[in-house]
Amino acid sequence: MSLTGKDKTVVRAFWDKAAPKAADIGGEALGRMLIAYPQTKTYFSHWSDLSPDSAQVKKHGATIMGAIGDAVAKIDDLTGALSKLSELHAFKLRVDPANFRILAHNLILVLAMYFPNDFTPEVHVSVDKFLQNLALGLAERYR
Amino acid sequence: MVKWTEEERQTIRSVWEKVDIDETGPQLIARALIVYPWTERYFGTFGDIFTTSAILTNAKVATHGKVVLRALDRAVKNLDNITETYAALSRLHYEKLKVDPDNFRLLADCITITIACKLKAALNPQVQATWQKFLSAVVEAMNNQYK
Repeated sequence: MSLTGKDKTVVRAFWDKAAPKAADIGGEALGRMLIAYPQTKTYFSHWSDLSPDSAQVKKHGATIMGAIGDAVAKIDDLTGALSKLSELHAFKLRVDPANFRILAHNLILVLAMYFPNDFTPEVHVSVDKFLQNLALGLAERYR
Repeated sequence: MVKWTEEERQTIRSVWEKVDIDETGPQLIARALIVYPWTERYFGTFGDIFTTSAILTNAKVATHGKVVLRALDRAVKNLDNITETYAALSRLHYEKLKVDPDNFRLLADCITITIACKLKAALNPQVQATWQKFLSAVVEAMNNQYK
């Protein structure tokens, strides 16, 4: 399900709107994921506080959104853009790629909450496809 | 069988009472058809569901969303009995409608996202977790008769 020209346009335009709130969105999505999908906590046993208010969670959520924003800017070559991050997740962090879909769901949920009028079904499908392609790019180096 | 704490029961009910079936129902199937277009295969009798504008104005799509949410209401009212409550629906979707059960998971996600648009911060992380636990039980019950 590769990204059409229309998908890329939609994603870029929506990300421009979301950018000012990117850090909050990332922090909130990560916080929700840790609560609603407790199995994801297994990757963060080195943090002292896994609650949604935790500074560690908020900071890391902002980091993730920053990386996603970079990917939006390089949307024409996601695999290339994500190569280093893919190596990190594959060889060092060893995150089961099934979790990328779980985080994507929580990102979509938070985007819908923050932008209920802008996150129409048409925007939703393009963002969903983008996050799926992002996940593929992130999993590229796994095996 | 799923076990519910008193707090979870209250959370599920308090989310559900904020949902207006007439408002949310029409949005639900429309979102599923737009975001997951392969679901069109199940709605052959609904007429034109092949473009976004057609989907958003299709009366049968709107009505069916309400049908689904009314069924969800039965699950909310029978939290200790979801499997039995949904046995006939599960059989129907398996034997007659031949729906791939993975689509129940996708529809459940659409329900949560549609509700999130309405409830916003009221669907806080803990409430989201409980609501999704409820929908997982519903999805499992819908899978139950697939054998």
